[in-house]
Amino acid sequence: MATSFQPKIKLTDVVKRFDEKTVLDGVNLSVEHGESVAIIGGSGTGKSVTLKCILGLLTPESGSVTVDGVEVVGARARDMERVRAKFGMLFQGGALFDSMPVWRNITFGLTQGRIREPNRMRRIAEENLERVGLGRDILNLRPNELSGGMQKRVALARAIAPRPEIIFFDEPTTGLDPIRADVINDLITSLVEDLGVTALTITHDMSSARKIAHRVAMLYDGRIIWQGPRDRLYDSGNPYVDQFVQGRADGPIR
Amino acid sequence: MKNGPLASLLLAFAAVGRLLIGLLAMVGRVTTFTFTILARGVRPPYYPARFVAQIMEIGWYSLPVVGLTAIFTGSALAQQIYTGGSRFNASSTVPAIVVFGMVRELGPVLVGLMVAGRVASAMAAELGTMRVTEQLDALATLRTDHFRYLIAPRLFAAVVAMPVLVLIANSIGIMGGYLLSIYKLGFNPASYLATTRQYLEWDDIRMAVVKAAVFGAIIAIMGCYNGCRTAGGAAGVGKATTDAVVSSFVLILFSDLVITIVAFG
Repeated sequence: MATSFQPKIKLTDVVKRFDEKTVLDGVNLSVEHGESVAIIGGSGTGKSVTLKCILGLLTPESGSVTVDGVEVVGARARDMERVRAKFGMLFQGGALFDSMPVWRNITFGLTQGRIREPNRMRRIAEENLERVGLGRDILNLRPNELSGGMQKRVALARAIAPRPEIIFFDEPTTGLDPIRADVINDLITSLVEDLGVTALTITHDMSSARKIAHRVAMLYDGRIIWQGPRDRLYDSGNPYVDQFVQGRADGPIR
Repeated sequence: MKNGPLASLLLAFAAVGRLLIGLLAMVGRVTTFTFTILARGVRPPYYPARFVAQIMEIGWYSLPVVGLTAIFTGSALAQQIYTGGSRFNASSTVPAIVVFGMVRELGPVLVGLMVAGRVASAMAAELGTMRVTEQLDALATLRTDHFRYLIAPRLFAAVVAMPVLVLIANSIGIMGGYLLSIYKLGFNPASYLATTRQYLEWDDIRMAVVKAAVFGAIIAIMGCYNGCRTAGGAAGVGKATTDAVVSSFVLILFSDLVITIVAFG
């Protein structure tokens, strides 16, 4: 049973290895209901792996992941499906289904891939496209007929279409021009502020992190080495964070 | 011991051991994969539209290549038997051996290999691309089980489509032998057909259907298994495709031997 003081998502000492390589080495992180948290960190530090452990797409070697108090690690398929119903996810590369048109991609989460009520589904797809700044003229196009930026926005429309309680954004502004990136930032902010969605974002874009997140956490060497409010990002007092946010080659991160 | 006389022998044993362990581990993974498809595929939700689409992909679109393979093989078989049989006055056995050869062996095996080349590679490439572009993960986040949505329809469609393809290929192959025997080798059409009917047995047709269903399962399982295990981008997809085709070929030929020995041994 979810309670108001219980974190929406809680990771405790999560360890994940791939063969000999330890990617997550005791990650601890909490995300409160309606909070927007950004995870920053270098490439290959395990940011996407963290999201996949929460979604149950990867199983940690040890540690605990809870969503609304329900343990995800080792959960049965039926329980996992209930947990996943709370989530929407924007993948880094979009991960749109090549074999189906845009409108079926967007409504996939509502139909689980079956063709049901096509007219209503097309209307829903149109509404969600509008939210991400795209028009109905692309409804029947295939993903490979869209530009990279448009694919990203269609993927975002697909993530928000089922109106999830929690949305994960894996580098939402990568590959977008600065104006479109800001449109996406505004959209994420409005989802959190207006609809009370809980958001967890992976980003390398510091201006995006400062705009969309209430709190920022930095992942380095398999651990969260710093977390704090977004206003402290450039004043963290942590040499690793300082080097990362300023994009300096010299510093403790090699 | 590191530099002793037994060192190279031990290294050879270790290499064989690693190979054997790797092989057994793969057999275990494929078996688990197969049981997972069956366990999840028989429970709802079902995707009949996906099943029909796969029937079209595996069955209908394989017809041209299977038909051509069958007619060429049937004709060549007739010519070979005629030429070889004439050395000991046995050229009249052409219709009987064409029927045996096509129905019992060449029809199922050649269709299996042709469909494996066309379909197992396509399955591995499609699922492999979906794996490396995170589309399989996206399915999970959209509460859709890829075993039910993508894999079970492929397996069930392959098991249904392959026997039909083999029956068609057998008919076309026998027709190829008939046409060559009549128009090139000068056989009497009526007696050729009468001999063909005489030697065509239900047991052989049943065995062809069983072989075809087993080969269909092998093609779908190896195509999907290798596709789902893809890692490492475009090169990984290429490797998965090759592995799917090679493993399908080997397993089809091995299971053909086993079924034939069990049926006639």
